Order: sequence, then C-alpha cells, then structure tokens
Amino acid sequence: MSKILEVKSLNKYFRKPVLFHALRDIDFSINKGEFVSIMGKSGCGKSTLLYILSTMDTDYEGELFFNENKITGKSHNELTQLRNEDIGFVFQFHYLLPEFTVLDNVMMPARKLGLKPYAQIKKDALAKLALLDIEEQAYKKASRISGGQKQRVAIARALINNPNIIMGDEPTGNLDTKNSENVFNILRDLSDTQGLSLLVVTHDKDFAAKTDRVIEMEDGKIIGTGIV
Amino acid sequence: MKNTKLIFDITKTHLLSRIKQSSIAALGVTFGIGTFIILVSFMTGLNGLLDGLILNRTPHIHIYNEIKPSKIQAIDKSASFAETFNVIKSIKPKQNQSRIHNGKTLMDHLKKDDRVMGVCAEVVTKVFYTASSVELNGNVTGIDPYEEDRLFNFGDYIIKGSAEELIRTPQGILLGAGVANKLSINIGNKVQLVTPQGQTFPLKVVGIYQSGLAEFDNVQSYVNLAMAQQLLGEGSNYITDINVKLYEIENAEPMSKFISDKYNLTAIDIKTANAQFETGTSIRNMITYAVSITLLIVAGFGIYNILNMLIYEKMNDIAILKATGFSGKDVQYIFISQAMVIGLVGGVLGLILGHMISIVISNIPFKTEALPTVDTFPVNFNPKFYIIGICFALISTFLAGFLPSLRAKNIDPVEIIRKQ
Repeated sequence: MSKILEVKSLNKYFRKPVLFHALRDIDFSINKGEFVSIMGKSGCGKSTLLYILSTMDTDYEGELFFNENKITGKSHNELTQLRNEDIGFVFQFHYLLPEFTVLDNVMMPARKLGLKPYAQIKKDALAKLALLDIEEQAYKKASRISGGQKQRVAIARALINNPNIIMGDEPTGNLDTKNSENVFNILRDLSDTQGLSLLVVTHDKDFAAKTDRVIEMEDGKIIGTGIV
Repeated sequence: MKNTKLIFDITKTHLLSRIKQSSIAALGVTFGIGTFIILVSFMTGLNGLLDGLILNRTPHIHIYNEIKPSKIQAIDKSASFAETFNVIKSIKPKQNQSRIHNGKTLMDHLKKDDRVMGVCAEVVTKVFYTASSVELNGNVTGIDPYEEDRLFNFGDYIIKGSAEELIRTPQGILLGAGVANKLSINIGNKVQLVTPQGQTFPLKVVGIYQSGLAEFDNVQSYVNLAMAQQLLGEGSNYITDINVKLYEIENAEPMSKFISDKYNLTAIDIKTANAQFETGTSIRNMITYAVSITLLIVAGFGIYNILNMLIYEKMNDIAILKATGFSGKDVQYIFISQAMVIGLVGGVLGLILGHMISIVISNIPFKTEALPTVDTFPVNFNPKFYIIGICFALISTFLAGFLPSLRAKNIDPVEIIRKQ
C-alpha cells in the first residue's frame, strides 16, 4: 500500500523562552485511505507534530515525505501550493473568514488554486456544502451561523480542492456531544466512501477509538501505535 | 497574476464590511489632499498676483543711456603711460545725451530677432504739473499705448478712461492717480505741463493710471510718444528708453549682455532688476510645499495606524488564508491593495473637495488699491497640482500600507494558531 505521509527521525526544538525538545525521534507513516488519530495529553507535542506534517512549520530536523516525495527543504511557495492543492485543514476553532459568506469561504481555496472557472467552483462548493448537509446556509455570513455549522463549513472548505489528505486539529474539541458525533460521522463517511486519508489530533478517547489507527504520544515521543 | 480578481474581492469585502473605518481612513487622505490643493492653488495664485504686480509690467530687457563716467579714460589709451600707475582724481561723467543713438534702427533689429515678442520705445522726461496755483514735479513718459498694453498689460492699471482714448487724443494725458488726487482734477479736465525748457503745454486728462505703488503714482503720467517728443522739442527719432519683451524670460540675461556690449548702451534684464522678487517667490513656494507635505504626512500616518490595527484584528484571517494556500505575497497584496483603494478614493475626493473650495475662494471679493482689475481672490487652477496631489495620495498610502503589509506577509500562521 502506498504511503500518503511519512516522517523519518523527526526532531523539533523550541528555542524560546528556553531550549525545549518538543518532538523526539518521531517515525511513522500513514497509508492512503487510512483514518488515523493522534492522541495524547495536552502539551505532549501532538499539535506541534501536526503543524509540521501540515508543512506550515518548517523549523524541524528530520525528513518529511508527502506522496512518497521528499518535501523537507522545499521553498515556502512550493509548500503553499502543496497545502492549497493536496491538504485540507480543519481546526478546533473554525477559522472561517467572518466577513465573507459561507459559500465564499468554501470557494476561497479553489479560487486561489485557479484551475477551474468561477461558475464551476461555485457549483463544486455548493455540492460540498450539500454533502455536509448545510447548503441552505450558503449565502449567510460566516459569522452568523452556529459552531457546529461552522465546523461543517470548515470541512467543506477543506474538501473543495479534492485533497489527498485532511488534517484536523481537535476538529470536535469545541463542539457539544451531538455536533461532535455529527462531525465524526462526516469524517468517517468521507474516509469510507471516498477513500480519503485523514489525520486527526484529538484528546477525545471515544473519538480516537472509532478511527482506524491511534498513535499515542507522550512527552514528544510516540509511545504506542495500534489498531484499536 | 491570476489571483488579481480574488485578491480584489477579498480587499473589497474587507473594506466594505468595516465601512466606517475605511471611510475615516479615506477621509484622512481627503482632507490632506484637499488642503494641499487649496493651499497650493491659493498660495501660488497670490504669488502670481504679487509677482505680476511688478514683473508683468517690467520689461524683460530695459535699454537706456546711463549717465556715468567713462571706464576708459584718455590716459589709459596712451601708449606712453601704459607701464605707469595712473591715478585720476575727481572724474566727472561725460556730457552725454540721454537719447539712444539710432534708436529706431536698434528697434528694427530687435524686432527681427526670433526670441523677441515685442519692442516698445519710450521717451522719459521730467515736468512740472500745474493746475491753478499748485505746482508738482513729476515724470512724463511718452509711450506707444497700443504696444504697451499688448506687451505690458498697461490697460490693467488704467482705473478711469482707457488706453484707446489716449491713442485717439494726441493732446491727451493719462495722469497718475496720486497726481490727479493732489491736483484734484478728473477726466476731461485740463492740466498744464511745464517742461525743463520752460515751455507750457495744456493737455487733456483722458484717463487715470494707478499702479498701486504710491511713490510711483504720485509723480508718473503717460502721454503719446509724439507728444513727449514735442514736449522736449525733439524729432520723431528721439527715444530715451527701449523696453523689450521676450518669449522666454531665460533669454533676458544673455541678450541684455549682448546688447550692452554691442551697442554701448545700458541694458538691464528683468532678473537683475527684480532679484528680490524671485527670492520672495521661491521662499513662499517653499513654505507652501512644506506645509502641504506636512499635511500629507499626517494623513499618511493616519492610514498607517488604521491599517496596522486592521492587520492586528485580521490575524486569524491571515492565518487561515496562509493555511489554505495563500502565499505571504498574496496576503501582502491584499493589504497593500486595501491601502491603495483608500488612497485612491480619498485622493480623488480630496481633489474634488479642494477644487470646490478653491472655486469658492476664487469668488470671494477681494479689492485692492494695487490691482484695479482684480475683484476676487486669485486662485491658480493649475492641473499640475492635481496630478501632484493624486500621486502623493497614492504614494503615501502605498508606503503607509507597505509596512503593515510586510508584517502580514511574514506572520507565521502556526504561531497564530498556537496562541488560540
């Protein structure tokens, strides 16, 4: 099975305020179509790891492969392009642009990519919103919808460029049980029906238990990985 | 760039969703540019008026015969004294006629020159004005009224009567306002002129002349050239002064030097004669520009401030844009274009505001003794100022937006997300 994401002997240091070894010799990989969760207590370095995997943080030692291509050492512009095209993000705080409509928010990464005409992007965006069952909110301002809806919009936005992998940083951390269940089901469904790879950082045991594989972290090290 | 439209859409949404802030920033530019336009137009208008007071009626080159001692004395020409150190005491000026020798030929020569716009002959003489028992001393200048008016705006300073009236009346005189006042005579009255030779000429007052310089108006009067020649008992070849107007004022200095060398006459160019006006003008211009630039810089800081705040507030947006594939450059363009839109809108409104207030100022009544033809405040509607204004608006907003946008470009999205 081909690997969508792989890290080899990854080390990360924080230099301020004091030197701190945040990640120690991380080695792991994610296969295509896998739904993986990273678990650990807060401060264990799981978010730090995710930011490196997402290519946003380039200040690390070790090697990172995406789709079996080495991307460590690539320029910021190439990484930006990669994020735009191949990686979708969902964050704990929904991070929509509040002044824009839901539809504009979803369309934004596709318009940036600029491969399709505007009308086609709009159609795709509406389809993604329909997939997440919130197409009726499309023309509302992003600041005017509920938290659960925002998270679903964020997922729709992450999907708009048909990425190879979706990464989530506590995507349900901010939601109540019902909404968090809902979001999980959406992610699970994307993985099962569309073969999408997913990597989600969480400290929610129930959430992690329902994923294909759990990577457990403590003090910047992977202490266990296994199918739950 | 393929993202221009997307970036502009984001800019538009950002500006419109906080229309209050955007308009305040734009208003800062509007007031800056508006005051700049008003100030520059008004100040240069006033400058033009002040300069015109003297420079418009000053010939570019004034040619006359000056009474002065000869530079080369007879002893200098003698070979036998060439090796000695000669001292001559109490040199007196040579008895010299004040007429310009061969004046008419010189005028014809000058008229043929491409650089020359026109040439006026004048005859200047001292007279006494008498009316009843009062006697005043003064100057009478014989002129060609038509040419004087064409070249030196002579007509602008005639407050009663006209230059045409003088052309039509060979025995007419345009009396200085001060002279007319002292003699208490008006248009249509007669005034007696007594020449240095003792002859008396009764002349008819056809107009009153006021230059605005009291010293001048208290002594000066104008008659036709032929009349002046008659006053002195001279023929039509008698000319004491030649005034030259050029197309380019820059040619005045070399030409006057050429004339004085070639014809052995005194030729004074306008810059030498009015050096203090040049200095005054340039200092007033400097003050105008200093004040205007200060205003625009203040407006620029206003924009800088607002954009800085905007970027602080938009940290999350910047992070999410960068996380979803917008490069630092894209984000920078978003904020620079916001600054430029503010600059453009504010600048154009500023030009309109400045223009409207300038129009209002140019209609405010302004009466001055010095300039009988001026009724309202002078305003200089030079398109150059409007171009400078809009350019400065764009440049200053660009700079004001550039520094904050550089920050937005360099912000690390991870840092923002981590802080949450």
